[in-house]
Amino acid sequence: MDYGFPILSSLIFLPMIGAAALLFIPRSHEDDVRRLALLIAIVEFLLSIPLWFQFDKTTHLMQFVEKRPWIEAWNVNYYLGIDGISILFVLLSTLITILCILVSWTAITEKVKEFFASLLFLEGAMIGVFCSLDFFLFYIFWEAMLIPMYLIIGVWGGPGRLYAAIKFFLYTLVGSVLMLIGIITLYFHGGHTFDILQLSSQSYPFKLQMILFWAFFAAFAVKVPMWPVHTWLPDAHTEAPAAGSVILAGILIKMGAYGFLRFSMPMLPQATQAMMVPMLVLSIIAIIYGAIICLGQDDMKRLIAYSSVSHMGFVTLGMFALNYQGLEGAILQMVNHGVVTGALFLSIGIIYEQTHTREIADYGGLASITPIFAGLFLVFTMAAIGLPGLNGFIGEFLIILGGFASKTWAGFFAATGIIIGAGYMLWLYQRVFFMEKNPKMVALGLRDLNCRELVTLLPMLVLILWIGIYPNVFLSYMHTSVAHLLEQVNASTGGLQANSHGIIECALRFIGG
Amino acid sequence: MNIPVYLLLIPFLPLASFIFTLLYGKRLGDKAHWPPIVAVVISFLCACHAFDQVLHGTHINADLYTWFASAKFKASVGFLLDELTAVMLIVVTSISTLVHIYSVGYMHDDPGYYRFFSYLSLFTFSMLMLVLGNNFLQLYFGWEAVGLSSYLLIGFWYHKKSASDAGKKAFIVNRFGDFGFGLGIIVVFLVFGSVHYDTVFSHVHEAVGQTFNFLGFDFDVISLMAILLFCGAVGKSAQIPLHVWLPDAMEGPTPVSALIHAATMVTAGVFLVARCNPIFSLSPAAMNLVTIIGALTCFFAATIALVQVDIKKVIAYSTVSQLAYMFIGCGVGAYGAGVFHLYTHAYFKALLFLGAGSVIHAMSDEQDIRKMGGLKKYLPITYFTFLIASLSISGIPPFAGFFSKDEILAMAFASPVGAGKFAWFVGTVVAGMTAFYSFRLLFLTFHGEFRGTEEQRKHLHESPLTMTIPLTLLAIGALAAGWVGVPEVLGGENGWAHFLSRVVGHPEVHLSHYTEWTLMIISVAAGLTGIYVAYVMYMVRPEIPVQLAQKYPKLYDILFNKYYVDEFYSATIVQPTINCGRKILRGITDGMIIEGVVNGVPSLIGKFSKVLSRFQTGRVQQYGSVMALGAFILLWIFM
Repeated sequence: MDYGFPILSSLIFLPMIGAAALLFIPRSHEDDVRRLALLIAIVEFLLSIPLWFQFDKTTHLMQFVEKRPWIEAWNVNYYLGIDGISILFVLLSTLITILCILVSWTAITEKVKEFFASLLFLEGAMIGVFCSLDFFLFYIFWEAMLIPMYLIIGVWGGPGRLYAAIKFFLYTLVGSVLMLIGIITLYFHGGHTFDILQLSSQSYPFKLQMILFWAFFAAFAVKVPMWPVHTWLPDAHTEAPAAGSVILAGILIKMGAYGFLRFSMPMLPQATQAMMVPMLVLSIIAIIYGAIICLGQDDMKRLIAYSSVSHMGFVTLGMFALNYQGLEGAILQMVNHGVVTGALFLSIGIIYEQTHTREIADYGGLASITPIFAGLFLVFTMAAIGLPGLNGFIGEFLIILGGFASKTWAGFFAATGIIIGAGYMLWLYQRVFFMEKNPKMVALGLRDLNCRELVTLLPMLVLILWIGIYPNVFLSYMHTSVAHLLEQVNASTGGLQANSHGIIECALRFIGG
Repeated sequence: MNIPVYLLLIPFLPLASFIFTLLYGKRLGDKAHWPPIVAVVISFLCACHAFDQVLHGTHINADLYTWFASAKFKASVGFLLDELTAVMLIVVTSISTLVHIYSVGYMHDDPGYYRFFSYLSLFTFSMLMLVLGNNFLQLYFGWEAVGLSSYLLIGFWYHKKSASDAGKKAFIVNRFGDFGFGLGIIVVFLVFGSVHYDTVFSHVHEAVGQTFNFLGFDFDVISLMAILLFCGAVGKSAQIPLHVWLPDAMEGPTPVSALIHAATMVTAGVFLVARCNPIFSLSPAAMNLVTIIGALTCFFAATIALVQVDIKKVIAYSTVSQLAYMFIGCGVGAYGAGVFHLYTHAYFKALLFLGAGSVIHAMSDEQDIRKMGGLKKYLPITYFTFLIASLSISGIPPFAGFFSKDEILAMAFASPVGAGKFAWFVGTVVAGMTAFYSFRLLFLTFHGEFRGTEEQRKHLHESPLTMTIPLTLLAIGALAAGWVGVPEVLGGENGWAHFLSRVVGHPEVHLSHYTEWTLMIISVAAGLTGIYVAYVMYMVRPEIPVQLAQKYPKLYDILFNKYYVDEFYSATIVQPTINCGRKILRGITDGMIIEGVVNGVPSLIGKFSKVLSRFQTGRVQQYGSVMALGAFILLWIFM
C-alpha cells in the first residue's frame, strides 16, 4: 500500500509552503502574486492526478498511506491515507482551488497576497482533513481551515462581512468544541489511540455511542449544514467573495457529510441506525424548507445558498438511508453539488464583477446581452435541477431510490424537492436572463465572458457533462469502500437494515408487508 | 447483440447537428438550416430502413453502454427496435423533417435563426432517444430532454414575458407528473430488480396480487406502478389536471407547436402507456383511471375549444382533446387503436398547426380569428390543405382521422372495462363538438369577408414553397394515413392492428358487423352534424353565436376562461407556496425563530464581536500563534 513518494503530504504542504512564499513577494508585484498562486495551484492539481490513475479500486483499504509516530506519549501519529470515499474530494479540492484563483484574478484588488495566501493555506488544510487517519491530526486540520475561511469572508467580503464571518466562526466553533469532547472521550474508551481505523473497528456501548453521535452531530450538522443549524450559511455565502463562496459550497460544507461517513457511521453503527429516522426527517425538512425559502429570495447569492441547504438535505438523506444506492448517490451528489453550486457561484462572481449588484430585480434580458454566459448558466441551472444527462440527476436519482427503498416516505418527500427546485431555479433564470433587457444592465454596457472567465467555467461544464453521461467512472471509485462501510454499519445488527447486496431483500420486505 | 449503424444514426445525427449548429451556426448565417435538415433527412431514411427491417421480422434489443450502476441497480443506454418503436420513428422523423423544411420559410428573418434550428435538432434527438430506449431510465432521460427542448422552444422569443412564463410553466407543471413517473420507475426496480423492459414485462405476472407498502398503506403493486407511471403521461400529454401548460405553450413559434405540442412530444404519454401495456393490462383500476381521465379531458378540452378566438389556442385545446381519445383507446385495452390515432393525429394536427402558421405569417402575426375571414382566395393552398385536415379531424371518411377515431370508439363500446361505455358516449358527443369547432375555425378564418385592417390586407400572400410543400405532403398524410388500418367490416384487412399486435396485443372483443356499422354511422353522423351546425352558425346566420353568448353569459365566461383552472392553481398552490417562502419561512421562521433560538440572543453576537474584533487583526501569524497555544492546551489536558 505504500506508494513510496509521500504524495499526500506533498499535496497538503505544497500549498501551505506556497502560501508562505507568497507573503515574501513585495506588495507592488501584485501580478506576480497572482501568477505564482496560479502556478502553485496548477502544480498541485497535476500532482493530484496520479491519485486518479494509481488508485486501486478493488480494495477498501487505505491507500497512499503515510504513517509516522508524532507525539508518542499520547500515541498520536502523523497518519494519512485515502480510500474510495475521500479520493474524489481531494481531487475536487485541487481543481476548485485553481478556479477560485482564476475567478479572483481581477476581483481582488486589496491585500492581494494575503488573499491568495489564505486561499492556498485553506487548500492545504482541506486536503489534510480528507487525508487524516488520525483524529488528533484531523482536528488540527479541521480547525486550521476555519482561520483562512474566516479571513476570506471577514476581510474581502461584502458590506455585511463582519457579521457573517463571526457568525460562521461561532457556529463552527461551538460544533467543533463538542466534537473535541467526543474525540477525547473516544480516546479514553477506545484504548488510548487516535487511530481512526482502529477506533472504527471496535465496538462501544450503545449509550456511549448515542452521546458521541450527538457530539459529532453538533460539528458535522453545522458544517453540512443541516436544518435547523443552517442560518450561518446564507450569510456567509452572501457576504463572501466569489472564491470564498465557491470553496464554501464546493468543499467546506462537504466536510460535514464526510465526517458522518468517516466517523459517525463506522464508529457508532448502532447509534447511526437508531438515529436513522430522525436524520431522515431532518433531511427532508432541509430539502423542502430550503427549496421553499428559495422562492422568497431577492438576492442571487442568497438564493443559491439556500438551494445548497436543500441539496445537502439530499446528501444527508442518501447517507442515512443506509443502503448502497443511497450512500453512493450521496457521495456522488456531494461531488455534483460542489461542481454545480461551485459553477453557479463562479458565474455570479463573474457577473458581479461587472454589475456590482446581487439583487435579482436589477437583472433582466441578459440572454441578449451576454449569450455565452447565458448558455453556460443554463447548463448549470439544468444540472442543479437534476436534468438527466447532466450530473445532478444521477446523484438525486440514486438518493431518492435509496431513500425510497429504506423508507418509502423518505423517497416520496425528497422527490417533492425536485418540483420546487425546478420552480425557484427556472424563476431565477427567467428574471435574470429572459424578458426585456433591464435598462440598468444596458447602461452598464456589459461584455460577454472573456477568455479567462471561459477557462474558469469550462472545467465545470466538462465535469457536469462527464458525470451526467458516464458517471460509472466516478461511481467505480466508491463501490468497494461503500460496501465496506455498509458492512461496518450493519455488522452490529446482523445486517437486516440494509446491506451491500440487499436491495432486493429490502424490497421484498416491503412487498411482503 | 451489436447495434446496427443505421439505428445509431437515427438519434445521434440530430445530436451532432445540434452541437455543430449551436457552436458554428452563427457563422452559417441564413444557411444554418442545412446541418439540421441534412441530419434529420438521413435520420428519416434510416428510420424507413428500420421500419422495413421490422416488417421483415428483425427485432433489436441491445445496450450501448451502462449508464450508471450501483449494486443491483443498473441503467443502460440501450436501444429497442420493435413494431411500436418503428411506428414512432416514422412519425417523429417524418414530421420533424417537414417541420424543419417549413421553418426555413417561417423563421427566415428571425435573429435567432441558427438557435432555432439547433434546438429543433436537440428536440429530435431527445424524442428519438425517448422512443428508442430499451429501459425506463432512458425513457426518463428522453422524457426530460424533450421537456428541456420544449422549454427552450416555447420560450424561444424569451424577451417576451409571456413566452418565458409559458416555458417555465410547461417545465414545472411537467415536473409534477415526473414526480410520480420517477417514483413509478423506482417501484418497478424494487419489485423486479431491473428497469429493462424485457425483464420487467416478462416477470410482470409474478407480481400479480402482491401488495406494496407505500406511505403506510398497502397497495396492489401492479396498480401502484401503473398509476405512478401514468402520472408522467398525464403531465406530458396535458391531461386533466395537468393540462394547463399546453395552451400557454402556444407562445412558441408555430412550427414548434406543430412538431412538439401536437405531433410528437405530447404523444409521449400515450407511447408510455402503450409501451407499458403489460403492466397496465393487469390492473383494472389503472385501466379505468386512464379511461376516465381520457373521457373527462376529451370533453372539457373540447368545450373550451368551442369559444376560443385565438387560432392556435383552438388547435391547442383540440390537441388536448384528441390526446384524450388516445388515452381512451389505451384505457379500454385497445393500445393499437390508441397508437393508430397517435399516428393519424400527428399528420392532420401538424397540418392544422402549420396551416395556422401560414395564416399567421400572411396576417403579419395576427392570431385572432375575429380579425380574419375570407382568406380562401389569398391563401388557396393553405386553405385547401386546412380543409383536408379539418375533415380528417372531424372523422369524415375516407380521411385518416375517421379510421382511427372510429376504431377507438368501437373498442370503447365493446370493452369489458367498466368505464368503456361511458367513454364511448363522451367520445361520440365530442366527435360532434370536434367537427363543430374545427369548421368554426375554418369558416371564420377562410370564408366570409376579410375583417382585418387595410394594412394587413395589402400584405396578404400565399406562403413560399418551403412552407406550402410540407403542407401538401402533410395533407396527403391527413388524407391517406388511415388507409393502413381499414377495418374488416369495410373490406380492409386492418393491417395496422395485426402489425402492432406483437407488442400491444389485441383486445378480445367481438362486435357484430351490424353493431360496427351502427357505431360507425353514429360517429360519422356526429361529425357531419357538427359541421352543419358550424355552417349554420358562422356562414348562414352569424348572429346566432353572438346571441348565444349574450343569453348565457356565465357559461360563456367559464368556457372562455378555461374553467378558471389557472386561477385556481395560482390561488391554491403557486401563491401560497411563494408566500410561505417569502413571508413565513424567510421572514419569521428563518429570520426570527431559528436565528433567535440558535444564536441565543442575536445581540449576543454583537457583544461577542466586540470582544473578537480585538483579536481580528487580519494577521495570519497571530492566528497561528493562537492555534499553537490551543494545541498546547490540548496537550496539557492529556498530560
